[in-house]
Amino acid sequence: MNLHEFQAKQILRSGNINTPRGLAAASADAAVNAASELGGDAWVVKAQIHAGGRGKAGGVKVVKRLDDVRAMAATLLGKPLVTNQNAPDGQPVNQVLVEETLPIARELYLSLLVDRETERIAIVASAAGGMDIEEVAHATPEKVLTETCDPLLGVQDFQCRALAFALELTGEAYKDFCRLLPQLYRVFIANDLSLLEINPLVVTTDNRVLPLDCKMSVDDNALYRRKALAELRDDSQIDVKEAAANAANVNYVALTGNIGCMVNGAGLAMATMDLIQLEGGAPANFLDVGGGATPETVAQGFKIILLDPNVRAVLINIFGGIVRCDVIAEGIIQAVKEVGVKVPVIVRLEGTNAELGRTLLAESGLAILAAESLTHAAKLAVEKAT
Amino acid sequence: MSILVDHNTKVICQGFTGKQGSFHSEQAIAYGTQMVGGVTPGKGGQTHLNLPVFNTVRDAVRQTGANATMIYVPAAFAADSILEAADAGIEVIVCITEGIPVLDMLNVKAALRANGAKLIGPNCPGIITSGECKIGIMPGVIHQKGRIGIVSRSGTLTYEAVHQTTRLGLGQSTCVGIGGDPIKGLDFIDCLEMFEADPQTEAVILVGEIGGSREEEAAEFIRSNMKKPVAAYIAGRTAPKGKRMGHAGAIIAGSAGTADAKIRALEAAGVVVAQSPAWLGEAVQQAMAAR
Repeated sequence: MNLHEFQAKQILRSGNINTPRGLAAASADAAVNAASELGGDAWVVKAQIHAGGRGKAGGVKVVKRLDDVRAMAATLLGKPLVTNQNAPDGQPVNQVLVEETLPIARELYLSLLVDRETERIAIVASAAGGMDIEEVAHATPEKVLTETCDPLLGVQDFQCRALAFALELTGEAYKDFCRLLPQLYRVFIANDLSLLEINPLVVTTDNRVLPLDCKMSVDDNALYRRKALAELRDDSQIDVKEAAANAANVNYVALTGNIGCMVNGAGLAMATMDLIQLEGGAPANFLDVGGGATPETVAQGFKIILLDPNVRAVLINIFGGIVRCDVIAEGIIQAVKEVGVKVPVIVRLEGTNAELGRTLLAESGLAILAAESLTHAAKLAVEKAT
Repeated sequence: MSILVDHNTKVICQGFTGKQGSFHSEQAIAYGTQMVGGVTPGKGGQTHLNLPVFNTVRDAVRQTGANATMIYVPAAFAADSILEAADAGIEVIVCITEGIPVLDMLNVKAALRANGAKLIGPNCPGIITSGECKIGIMPGVIHQKGRIGIVSRSGTLTYEAVHQTTRLGLGQSTCVGIGGDPIKGLDFIDCLEMFEADPQTEAVILVGEIGGSREEEAAEFIRSNMKKPVAAYIAGRTAPKGKRMGHAGAIIAGSAGTADAKIRALEAAGVVVAQSPAWLGEAVQQAMAAR
């Protein structure tokens, strides 16, 4: 689950980390009030969306008059912002962050993440801040510095010093950085983050180190013990169908094709999408109803798939293991009736009592096609969708 | 022969008296698994499914000689259950539970490195040695004692591989579902190494998916260390970047972890990669015929 920049910075402040002073605002008036309260003679107005690339997309602007704060906030608020990192129709800006400006001498990159290869927490830093770190790593890998931390020990002072020297920090900036890193590590652990990215981390002209931007992702699996963070979920930032799936506790990812998919198990769900493409079609979604499919999850799945107007056919692929296929077939029949499915439904059932399940589907009198095999199911779905 | 578990393995269940634990313990017993008891804190001394219930894994090990466990406790308590099993000297720990926080798993892995216990999972279907020992949620009925070792990150895709090899009369030695989490116990290479050394296993099916680079590492291991034929399938060619596809570990981060890169690495190592999950059985037949 992603957080907004203003929320992430609030979390940093509660971890005793200095950030630029700033206030979030949901209206142009509130933005002006925020700027007045902050004082000074220049402010930066930043669109709050769950995506990067905001600067290039016109979502971040430095202004010098309160009227311009109002104008900028009015321009951004209530409209979607399209960047090179989000969906073609963008994400809505519901808040702006109004912040003091800083005299910037250097821009660095710093992030903490769970590194699955080393099974440790990795700290990634670079003197090439303000740029896409993937591109920096690709073009100039020597500019990317990495320290990994034993989760049982945490970040060590020598690691902070090593990074600070490599980043050529001196004096106050060196001290700031060596103080900041253990604080960030504590924030990372205390909030069950999977990513904490500061890009850029700036060195000011008076040699202080401050996070100018901050991106945080919380481990979804840990939200049960981070209730305050769970409250910060912002469904306006994700696809409406994905939001509905979240609410129903179903794993769903929207795609751009026209064949809706409902599958039990994540691996088989991905494999089904791949098979559709192999047969010349395009999947409309990824949907995993879980290893043990039930009539309820099947009905729920139909409702979510059919929110997508592009769907011309639905392919259901269930490997009935512990759950019997005849039970699943009855669930599908019941769901098709209940939800009022208008598009062709192709069903592939395999596993326990598969034969009986197929017979039930064939005799249901509904527009349900029982496929004989996985390949046959994909072929049928592609045929019906075109 | 087989790997990790067989008819001699003495299995307990943590979360024994819960709904999941009860159901899958019954299934395991019906399959012929040597279940020797279970653990539910506070219910020690009771009898469940005609087997003794213990308060702690330590008690269970002391009184039954258990050397394997299957864990069906909720995600919030699963890391603790794994550590309890390891502390009690359990050799094979199978954690079925899905949704364990990743930071918990980092700590568990760091602790297990010093302990030496073998963890399978979490977020996995478990392990089964056909006809001998079933520890997990897989349907026993589709399995048949035979020649193919299977190692997979996906549950239902494992069932596809099992179903197809059974239908072709090849059967399976042991099937290990290593799970869909980014931080997990045994990985491809651990299992490949054991399959290579196991006389019953004649060929191996590896089922991978997008995310991470363990398939690429497995390819390198196969190239340099394996004589037995290997077939593979990688799920997620059509998965978009940056989206988590159900499994916590199934995500293409930036340009890393794509299906195409994994398929290329495996093919370069001489592995027969099936284009479709429906062709896994044929792929392993083809790999065996090529030797």
